[in-house]
Amino acid sequence: MDNNNSTQDKKTLTLEDVVIHFAGDSGDGMQLTGSQFTTSSAIAGNDLNTFPDFPAEIRAPAGTTYGVSGFQIHFGSRKIHTPGDTSDVLVAMNPAALRVNLKHLRDGGTIIVNNQGFTPKNLKLAGYEKNPLDDDSLSNYQIHRVDISKLTANALEDLNLGSKIVDRCKNFFALGLMYWMYNRPIEPTLSWIKVKFKNKPELIEANTRALKAGLHYGDITEIFTTRYEVRPAKLTPGAYRNITGNTALALGLVAAAQKSDLELFLGAYPITPASDVLHELSQFKNFNVKTFQAEDEIAAVSAAIGASYAGGLGITATSGPGMALKMEAIGLAVMIELPLVIANIQRGGPSTGLPTKTEQADLFQAMFGRNSEAPLCVLAASTPNDCFIMAYEAVRIAVKYMTPVILLSDGYIANGAEPWRIPKASDLEKIDIKFPTNPENFLPYKRDEKTLARPWAIPGTPNMQHRVGGLEKEDKTGNISYDADNHQKMVDYRTEKIERIANDIPDAVVHGDIEGELLVVGWGSTHGAITSAIERLRLNGKSVSHVHLRYLNPLPKNLGEIMYNFKNILVPELNKGQLSTILRSKYLVPAIGYNKVQGLPFKAAELENKIEEILRG
Amino acid sequence: MAETAEKEQKKYTAKDFQSDQDVRWCPGCGDYSILAQAQRVFPDIGVEKKDIVWVSGIGCSSRFPYYMDTYGLHGIHGRAPIIASGVKMARPDLSVWVATGDGDLLSIGGNHFIHACRRNIDIKILLFNNQIYGLTKGQYSPTSEFGKITKSTPWGSIDYPFNPVALALGAECTFVARTIDRDPKHLQTMIKAASEHTGTAFIEIYQNCNVFNDGAFFHLTEKGKKENNVVVLEHGKPLIFGADNDKGIRLEGFTPKVVDISNGEFSRDDLLVHNENNKDDVLAYIFSRMTYDPDLPTPIGVFRKINKPTYDSEMQKQIHTSIEKRGKGDLDELFNKGETWVVK
Ligand code: SF4
Repeated sequence: MDNNNSTQDKKTLTLEDVVIHFAGDSGDGMQLTGSQFTTSSAIAGNDLNTFPDFPAEIRAPAGTTYGVSGFQIHFGSRKIHTPGDTSDVLVAMNPAALRVNLKHLRDGGTIIVNNQGFTPKNLKLAGYEKNPLDDDSLSNYQIHRVDISKLTANALEDLNLGSKIVDRCKNFFALGLMYWMYNRPIEPTLSWIKVKFKNKPELIEANTRALKAGLHYGDITEIFTTRYEVRPAKLTPGAYRNITGNTALALGLVAAAQKSDLELFLGAYPITPASDVLHELSQFKNFNVKTFQAEDEIAAVSAAIGASYAGGLGITATSGPGMALKMEAIGLAVMIELPLVIANIQRGGPSTGLPTKTEQADLFQAMFGRNSEAPLCVLAASTPNDCFIMAYEAVRIAVKYMTPVILLSDGYIANGAEPWRIPKASDLEKIDIKFPTNPENFLPYKRDEKTLARPWAIPGTPNMQHRVGGLEKEDKTGNISYDADNHQKMVDYRTEKIERIANDIPDAVVHGDIEGELLVVGWGSTHGAITSAIERLRLNGKSVSHVHLRYLNPLPKNLGEIMYNFKNILVPELNKGQLSTILRSKYLVPAIGYNKVQGLPFKAAELENKIEEILRG
Repeated sequence: MAETAEKEQKKYTAKDFQSDQDVRWCPGCGDYSILAQAQRVFPDIGVEKKDIVWVSGIGCSSRFPYYMDTYGLHGIHGRAPIIASGVKMARPDLSVWVATGDGDLLSIGGNHFIHACRRNIDIKILLFNNQIYGLTKGQYSPTSEFGKITKSTPWGSIDYPFNPVALALGAECTFVARTIDRDPKHLQTMIKAASEHTGTAFIEIYQNCNVFNDGAFFHLTEKGKKENNVVVLEHGKPLIFGADNDKGIRLEGFTPKVVDISNGEFSRDDLLVHNENNKDDVLAYIFSRMTYDPDLPTPIGVFRKINKPTYDSEMQKQIHTSIEKRGKGDLDELFNKGETWVVK
């Protein structure tokens, strides 16, 4: 193997984990570079976690700071929970990439730049008056200036390719160099290139050469004296693939539809960051998946309700502003008691807010966003992997309890990726559906004694014609009723039905001791940062534990019990304190909020500091 | 089971379509006639009761599903066409009908209406157009005439009304018709024609709200008036009207004109002949524009009836093709898509 011939005078250091941030212009292929490095690292046996950082603009002008596209990967020989608070290495293809990402580079971190990217024009576009590589403004870091463009061009010289094509190969040079530095296998990328450019042999040759040139450069150049080794992590054996939260969510829904023998119907309207759920599901037509791009958000959910009424598995996926539009229809689904799954991939708000940034501020909306008493089940996925599990749960609960279920995810886990241990379809629990067919004594609102669910009698069933609607229903018959006592009864039923779901969900699990100084209660995408923080604090002997909630309505039955065993309760959220408010009012516990609304996830270090501050008293 | 199936197949009567619910419209409301005609026609549309779904929005008309002994979903304001579309997409085997009003369909639900039309999804939309908000007690609606004085417009409405037929034509609806509550025979014919159409079928039904807008259509329904104010569109026939069938519609340039065919100046051969299957919409559109012209009669009947593939059948087709090409979906295969690796 080429990359084993390193020159003797280079030393190898072993590291537990590394964070690399690849950044460049939108056109520089940084997402591709990142995902190739990810695959290679996964095959090298590391655990990892990645996050893409796309520019908000679709085609931002080249060289500008708002056109910078980045990809961060955190890989290690231990369990990796987040894409990393700060990066150890920044690969910057131009001055704008350097400018935007420098603040996320740790002190003493490594910067590798493409020398040719630092032209006077690009420096000016990035807002640098003079080249920061030439003065001592970066003296806190280790800078490596590499002639990436030039060396790539040299390697491809005799191929007679246009300068544009040659320039496009420079990201593979950078990738090759990083492969050398972190001792990664190049074979996965070589075979990827072969498949990708199947009909373009000249591009196979060009990209292969660029990759190898980068690799050799690391070997021969005197700039780099050290390479690193990150050993395989201890992972549960099995087959793996890398997966984003949105893909996992889509797969979870398809799996649940298959396991319940229902036809999945997705009504959706394009919205960032939920559109990928629509894109994914649109590919699965051979699973009898019907996807419908509706005229608006209201139409998307209304069509899904129609599909559920007709015996399909009605689903809609959206983000905050779309949720606001759907709420009246969701109230209808509460009233006519039909299964419906609403995935809200949260983003920064209010209003249009920060479409490409993450936030967890739609919990109140999910809980209370409808007119009147309209309880429903609320779930939250905590990691990209968990999106699969909770999507499956959402379907199970929706059809069993004949209720809408809101599944909360957010931009951070939706676009973030991590290795996913691929389940076996046969291991997934079957979801039993019973459409009643016996017209004798059939009443559309006669409830199941245990779940309080009403029967799901669908059109096409002989002699069971009945009408449902948004007006208050009479108990059992479902006829319109304005009777006072009946209304009380029906509101109570709808409430209790949701409460009874608590009997059917797992207990909350405490990570750490079951009593102590401080309990962190989190939900959703903060899982990674909280877990990292707690692990480190516990290693340092701190009395801290962690509960992560995936079931938000109803809450797990043992949650109160757990909380009462801790002196302090800290609830970190990317909002102004929504879960903490719920916990305080429901359990009368003195939960303290730790709240950040910057469109960014928590850093583990921030949480550690906050927890230590509380422990100091 | 066999017995049940047999029973289902026996010939229905209008009574079979009456549900056990008391009908609660105001006495004298035109909705009663629409309900009665639907119940009279439905035994003949060739669909079993179990396979029929009525969907509605909000308003007086939207109580309709409760009174039909079929499956029914009383939805939310304006959303009936899209809820119905969801039913149809999920279950193309069902016969899906929408009962809606002018406020429901054209105001709050306008978006869903035009999109249902352009998609040509196989649902039937019955618009009960009474040109007023009945359920909320008498505000002007998007089909009320300019200047209408109501509770919310004491100085007269300054909104120009929609022309629902023109709107449906403009949105590429493949079946567009108009009829009147007080013409039961014609109403029945239109419902039957809609039932026979595959694709979005839209019927505007002029409906008298005797409480808040009484007489809005009397010029089209009352003896002595209607003869000169209504022209019935019939496929393949010239446009003739008048008490003695003495008047006709002739096209001068692009303008329809009333001509006398009794005095020898014009004959039937000079008149416009209706072709409802015309793919080119110009004539249908010209007819629709006659509606508010005081010099012209109001056309009722089928304006347009053309065939093109429906959204629901195209959706089904893609699924079949996909299964044919890739085979029935296999979850394990799906999970293992893309780059995978094994940890030992
Ligand atoms: S208010 Fe008008 S439309 Fe409504 S039921 Fe009464 S008469 Fe009919």
